[in-house]
Amino acid sequence: MTDDELDRLIDAQAALLGFSIRPDWREAIRANLRVTLRFGAMVDTFELPDEAEPAPVFAA
Amino acid sequence: MTPWQDAASLAAAVRSGEITAVSVLTATLDRIARRDPALGAFTALVSARAMARAEALDAARAAGEALGPLAGVPFAVKNLFDVAGLPTLAGSAINRGRASATRDATLVARLEAQGAILVGALNMGEYAYDFTGENAHDGPSRNPHDLGRMSGGSSGGSGSAVAGGLVPIALGSDTNGSIRVPASLCGIFGLKPTYGRLSRAGSFPFVDSFDHLGPLARTVRDLALSYDAMQGPDPADPSCARRPVEPSLPGLEGGIGGLRIARACGYFRQGLSPEAALATDAVAHALGVTAEIEIPEAARARAAAYLITTAEGGALHLDRLRTRAEEFDPDTRDRLIAGCMTPAPLLIKAQKFRRWYQQQVLRLFDKVDAIIAPATPTTAPLLGQKLFSIGGETLPVRANLGMFTQPISFIGLPVVAVPVPEMGAARLPIGVQVIAAPWREDICLRIARHLEQHGVARAPRPVE
Repeated sequence: MTDDELDRLIDAQAALLGFSIRPDWREAIRANLRVTLRFGAMVDTFELPDEAEPAPVFAA
Repeated sequence: MTPWQDAASLAAAVRSGEITAVSVLTATLDRIARRDPALGAFTALVSARAMARAEALDAARAAGEALGPLAGVPFAVKNLFDVAGLPTLAGSAINRGRASATRDATLVARLEAQGAILVGALNMGEYAYDFTGENAHDGPSRNPHDLGRMSGGSSGGSGSAVAGGLVPIALGSDTNGSIRVPASLCGIFGLKPTYGRLSRAGSFPFVDSFDHLGPLARTVRDLALSYDAMQGPDPADPSCARRPVEPSLPGLEGGIGGLRIARACGYFRQGLSPEAALATDAVAHALGVTAEIEIPEAARARAAAYLITTAEGGALHLDRLRTRAEEFDPDTRDRLIAGCMTPAPLLIKAQKFRRWYQQQVLRLFDKVDAIIAPATPTTAPLLGQKLFSIGGETLPVRANLGMFTQPISFIGLPVVAVPVPEMGAARLPIGVQVIAAPWREDICLRIARHLEQHGVARAPRPVE
């Protein structure tokens, strides 16, 4: 995503979630969101069967 | 006593009457008063409470009562543990407005029940979302081996306090590496137990399904001593396993005979500084390890751990981010705000991947009893350092100090981080992870003890 696309995503989500984002916070938020989406793509491209169970409450 | 005396011998001396608990505590508080202004490890002391406990211990001994295995041992806890009479800061400014805790965290109470004496609360990265040990509100906890360098986080004060000779034992928390990273950078031993082994009741959360608590110490025996004292089920923590106490001390000197140990390859061989590679080589050599084993999809596991952490962490602080965002440490705030924007389908896929990954990794323990891997990619970076270069790539320090710890805590495996001293031109320590199957902390500790006995792993004493 371009910086402009990320900024539109940030603005839309900030409005939805009720955040007031100061201009000097934006660059770091954008950088962190870019990492989130890069790591998200790594997870997204891994094929799992429909039956795969999530592990939100974990028991070792 | 000296500031470098271990907890086991201190307790023995108190039990035998060679020294009093009051004299140990007085020396400890004097040492903290002299040295902590340079280290920045403590955020609060509980001196009066500690002195009352020390006096009670000495009186009990004088009355002929038997004292516990941690008699008179001073310890401190990361300030996300509840300490009666203190607000539980979790490294934040916002929590300073909370009511003081009315009771101690379970693990504090369990250590004190064995005779240990809490002396205070320790600095940490805000809300535990940190690998550096820096904190905008309290200042950084500093690395005792070089005060211009990071302690590692988020249990940075725990690393500074133990490595700096302020207390022999500290407690920390580890969600993605926050015990193992400071243990590595400060050159001490750290135990992240199996998920669910130690109660988290009375501690401020970060990511519920990743959060672990555990000890840091300068010797393996002290690590085992404190770990054994804290085990056991706790109805106050629904994630705490209903397992009996499985003491690690009786088998600690069992050596490594019969253990199948392999070195993690692939992901864990990439992105290493020369110091991290040499330290892992030294540990492998000392253990006679020649076999290598691939932890499958470790890079993706790290990515999934990152996603779950940022999303769950963001959700935990959602209301505070809406109403008090200016009061956060900027480094934490910006990550948490971004975390709240994680697409839900990716979060759920990360949780599904987690189950798959766990099943693959558990199969490895049919072939081996333990796996060794680097703990951090480098020795301690400089305070304020934002980027480092690893394997020819420039990466952000804050997010990448935990690149080798995240894929392990992601599925709750027990790990002891062992310190290899004096690596590289800067002669700084760096840690190596000893990883075992769930509930086999005893194996991690046995291997760590073997490495300590053979001089490969030890907590170096800083020059002051």
